[in-house]
Amino acid sequence: MEKANKIKGGDVREASRLIRNLEDSIPEAKSTIKHIFHFTGHAQVIGITGSPGAGKSTLVDGLIEWSRKKGKTVGVLAVDPTSPFTGGAILGDRIRMQRHAEDPGVFVRSLATRGSLGGLSKAVGDAIHIMDAMGKDVILVETVGTGQQEVEIINHAHTVLVVLVPGMGDEIQAIKAGIMEIADIFVINKADREGTGKLQRELMAMLDMSPIKPGGWRPPIIKIGNAFEPSEFEKGLDELTTKVLDHLEHLVKSNLIGDRVRRKTTHELNEALRAAILEPVLKVLVSTGELDRMIDQLLKKETDPYSIAEEVQKKYLQGCI
Amino acid sequence: MAQRRLRVMVAKPGLDGHDRGARVLSRCFRDAGYEVIYTGCHQTPEQIAAAAIQEDVDMVGLSCLSGAHRYLFPAVKKLLVEKGADDIVVVGGGIIPDQDFKLLYDAGITALFTPGTTLESIVEWINTNVKPR
Repeated sequence: MEKANKIKGGDVREASRLIRNLEDSIPEAKSTIKHIFHFTGHAQVIGITGSPGAGKSTLVDGLIEWSRKKGKTVGVLAVDPTSPFTGGAILGDRIRMQRHAEDPGVFVRSLATRGSLGGLSKAVGDAIHIMDAMGKDVILVETVGTGQQEVEIINHAHTVLVVLVPGMGDEIQAIKAGIMEIADIFVINKADREGTGKLQRELMAMLDMSPIKPGGWRPPIIKIGNAFEPSEFEKGLDELTTKVLDHLEHLVKSNLIGDRVRRKTTHELNEALRAAILEPVLKVLVSTGELDRMIDQLLKKETDPYSIAEEVQKKYLQGCI
Repeated sequence: MAQRRLRVMVAKPGLDGHDRGARVLSRCFRDAGYEVIYTGCHQTPEQIAAAAIQEDVDMVGLSCLSGAHRYLFPAVKKLLVEKGADDIVVVGGGIIPDQDFKLLYDAGITALFTPGTTLESIVEWINTNVKPR
């Protein structure tokens, strides 16, 4: 409780430590996050996703600046990939945001995916709660550089920005499922480059064919120019931030904010249940060596994974089946 | 299951844009299984100390080739101590003359790595001397 109160009071060191303990699955962290949960529900969460090098971090830097000018405090969670071979990671998003490092109203924390496949890290939901409890008005969540399938951000953000750059593929890309469906706002970054008009037309054609979203929101397409041309960049950023506010207002006016929060809460409970049910069973299977024996059996083709899973289910989850 | 992972920050303080070494080290630390936060060039000691605390790192590695290490390295350590983060290990590397070692060690810099040091020996030093807190 004492730690939770310190975090509520804005203690960066305590907050960052708790995020780390949750990433590392240190058991004591759970009791603190339980208290933190009750201090949340105030922040506006904006997700920024898109392919590697699309300019997400630079855009986040711009959004930090905009929020600060409006007098709002900001939390940033920036996710970069973990190596599947060594477990190491280079977390380089904050390079673009270092001009805000000394501003006490800005808290930037980098996270590694550690094997998560949805474009985020397992700890990101809790990390959002922690920054929310600290009183951050705006929380910007930057996903890893995404391909097509990493859509988990929709479980966390009120507004999702999908950042695209011209010249990344033909028109078929625009009609594929996955990431192109989750945008509340499309950003065409580096819009001084060739192919911007074509990309914009393809997106418009895609949107024309898409079913109308709840409340009648049609994702706007915002073009943002080269970040090395501040006037062009800022013009696009102004347009973007107006649309971000419009989207929030739309969610509130059409009573959709409740749906988003419900989706987020459902996801959170699912994750907590999965952890509470799966982890103890896995722990037993690993410590008794049963898991290894099962894998040996599978390698010899003596059985199949589905039968093993059923056996485990019978043994440990009586009453459910 | 609980598993601590080492988090380190690689930072370039001051007016020094030569970051090849810092980038090679970042890559090497990644391959050693650490989570590496790289700040980029031209950082003030204040920016580095604030970022180290926000990121909850176990170690800060400072790279300086400009000759300003006598001021910059101690300044980072001092700021960390002031912010209650005296448990973050600070090490340095770059073009550092032997006669400056004492001053830097006295200021709380734990180790210094100069040209010719192998990557393996740096990782070995970290694995032995820096424990995830």
